[in-house]
Amino acid sequence: MKKEKSADPSGSAKQKKSAFRFNRGQLCIPYGLFLALFVIFPLLLIIYYAFTAKDGSFTFGNFIWFFSSPSMLYNLGISILIGLTTTVICLLLGYPVAYILSRFPERRRGILLLLFIMPMWINFVLRALAMREILDLFGMLGKYNFLNTIIGMVYDYLPFMILPLYTTLIKMDKSLEEAALDLGAGKAKVFTSVTLPLSLPGIISGITMVFMPTMTCYVISGTFSNNKVTIIGKLIETWFGTGDNWHYGSVIALVLLIIMFLSTLIEGKFSDDKLATRGTNL
Amino acid sequence: MTSEEKIIELIDLSREFEDGTVAVDKVNLFIRKGEFVTFLGPSGCGKTTTLRMIAGFDRPTGGKILLNGEDISSLPPNKRPINTVFQRYALFPHLNVYENIAFGLKLKKLSKPVIAQKVEKTLKMVDLEGFEKRSVATLSGGQQQRVAIARAIVNEPEILLLDEPLGALDLKMRKDMQLELKEMHKKLGITFIYVTHDQEEALTMSDTIVVMKDGVIQQVGDPKDIYNEPKNAFVADFIGESNIFSGTYLGNRKVRFIGQTFDCIDDFPVNEKVDVVVRPEDVILTAYGEGAVSGEIISCIFKGVHYEMVMLVGKTEIVIQSTVERKVGEKVSVKIDPDAIHIMAKEFSVNLYDGYITKKNTVCFGDGEFQCDVTQLYPGSFLDEEGYLITADGDKIDLTDVNVKVEVGLKDIEISDDQDLGGAIGNIVSMIYKGDHYQLTVRTDENEEDFVFDTEDTWNENDRVSVIIPKEKIKLSLAAEEKK
Repeated sequence: MKKEKSADPSGSAKQKKSAFRFNRGQLCIPYGLFLALFVIFPLLLIIYYAFTAKDGSFTFGNFIWFFSSPSMLYNLGISILIGLTTTVICLLLGYPVAYILSRFPERRRGILLLLFIMPMWINFVLRALAMREILDLFGMLGKYNFLNTIIGMVYDYLPFMILPLYTTLIKMDKSLEEAALDLGAGKAKVFTSVTLPLSLPGIISGITMVFMPTMTCYVISGTFSNNKVTIIGKLIETWFGTGDNWHYGSVIALVLLIIMFLSTLIEGKFSDDKLATRGTNL
Repeated sequence: MTSEEKIIELIDLSREFEDGTVAVDKVNLFIRKGEFVTFLGPSGCGKTTTLRMIAGFDRPTGGKILLNGEDISSLPPNKRPINTVFQRYALFPHLNVYENIAFGLKLKKLSKPVIAQKVEKTLKMVDLEGFEKRSVATLSGGQQQRVAIARAIVNEPEILLLDEPLGALDLKMRKDMQLELKEMHKKLGITFIYVTHDQEEALTMSDTIVVMKDGVIQQVGDPKDIYNEPKNAFVADFIGESNIFSGTYLGNRKVRFIGQTFDCIDDFPVNEKVDVVVRPEDVILTAYGEGAVSGEIISCIFKGVHYEMVMLVGKTEIVIQSTVERKVGEKVSVKIDPDAIHIMAKEFSVNLYDGYITKKNTVCFGDGEFQCDVTQLYPGSFLDEEGYLITADGDKIDLTDVNVKVEVGLKDIEISDDQDLGGAIGNIVSMIYKGDHYQLTVRTDENEEDFVFDTEDTWNENDRVSVIIPKEKIKLSLAAEEKK
């Protein structure tokens, strides 16, 4: 063995190199640790707190409290309403933008896309405060709390709708639209029968990226409504903070988790065909 | 089946892209009703662009397209009675086979039973009965191809456009589909316009072949014409195997090439320099010493039906196809019958450019700068120390920016791999073998200037080279209007 090594130095170098090679399982360790520490463990904690009373005994009381409290249910409703409205407006605004951008010649559309994405580079609290000032300038602040919240949310989350739509649209085979045109479809018909159905994966990832965060982004709802509009994320923060009841906070977090899980399932149903492979996420 | 009625007429049709490249350059052509026409040419020759303009996807930047005598140039694709089979099929992935084929019929607002009946009939025609419910993603390439054809012909268009539809199929499948398409054309009786770069495909299927190069039609004719009577060296080289020789027409139906005089049947001006094309199968082996020319076999390859042999006569190679094998090294003679000798006007005898003289008394033309002898512009003139030209009459002339015509012979250009050596840089865009030498075309990037020249060296297409022209070989003359 020793002889071999000295005779073939390149061979020994190779052997050394192999010491630094990891197999797949080893490469997963850091992520596994991260997952366990920051996802699974907190999740278990939330479940523990949701099902226990202050004295540590098992109870459904926290759930009963949540679903029998009109103000809790009201805030949950408001959150869903804000999430849905923001998502719909983002989709209506973002689709035409993404569509027009995708039609530009390749060299120019990069710069144009950048203009739409650049706001994402600025800290969102800063952006929110700036927008708030603008609304104040128009005298809207304090008057239309719900509307202002929606404006703030749309302003903040629009790029997250545009980007997945844009990537889906530029990847679409242009000859498909030409084929529809060739077969006698007018421009509107080409859009509804080919472009729109084929951009469904982009629409779904856009919705996912907007709907879920807007339901909990209490910084924006607080900033734009002078804390008059309370969304579910704010409640969680309150119960874990000043409210000092981790059990109530955990119940709300768990309910939210279930809602998100359900909405993902519903969206998955829509994209559950071969088209899903054509779509892209961020 | 073909009538004299013109269905499509292209008049001075041009298409220039935004970056200034001209894809189609003033094409004039008519296509008869019921014809199977093939646009044939290398990639980038403008065949697909022409097809796209007929379909309506590309707008012409000049000229007109007449359909049954009416100008349709500005009509959108959905208003034209024309359907297309796309290169990569372009089947709708979100629809199944039935829905794909019914797409056009539904837009025509036909009733459901009528649609069902038509789709069924068409599926039968392309041999895909029972595939209605299949998702297009589960189909093989050949099946997708059939669906694409069915989707187009179910609309009963007046013209069917096919853009290299068989390009993605394997050889066997392609051969089968060629025959099937030809059969389908006969059955349907509609006009087929087919685009391909495969000369064999074009020869097999077409009634008429349109050979294109650089956006210009080189020749229009039936497959036999194109093969037997190519109009120029490009067509001869592109279609089938051929021997192309440089020759001189002697008059009286006699042409001289490879050092011999041959009888021929074409007529040309006396002493005209010509290209002579002889197909390898028309070169007839004879006993040694009995033919017109004699030489030695330098290679012999078995090709299945025949042997392909190369014979060396002096410095010229002649390709021969024969069922009789002759061994390498064997001395043979060959003869060529008069009707096998095709004579074509030589495409290029000299390169001409517009250029101008620089401050340094060099000349700029063809996207490059070359050393030259400016005193040839004025007989008996010479240059003084400051670079001014002193004419024979003693006048002092500043030649800076004077426009000139530049002439460079085909034998006066050399090229080199070393890009610093020459005056201009470009890529080799064509290389035509002419028996004992190659005729090369080097094209520059900026203004696509061509340098055409003969060389005995072997280069590769797309090689990047610099163009060297010896100072004394650049012939200058003053451009008329700039004469001072």
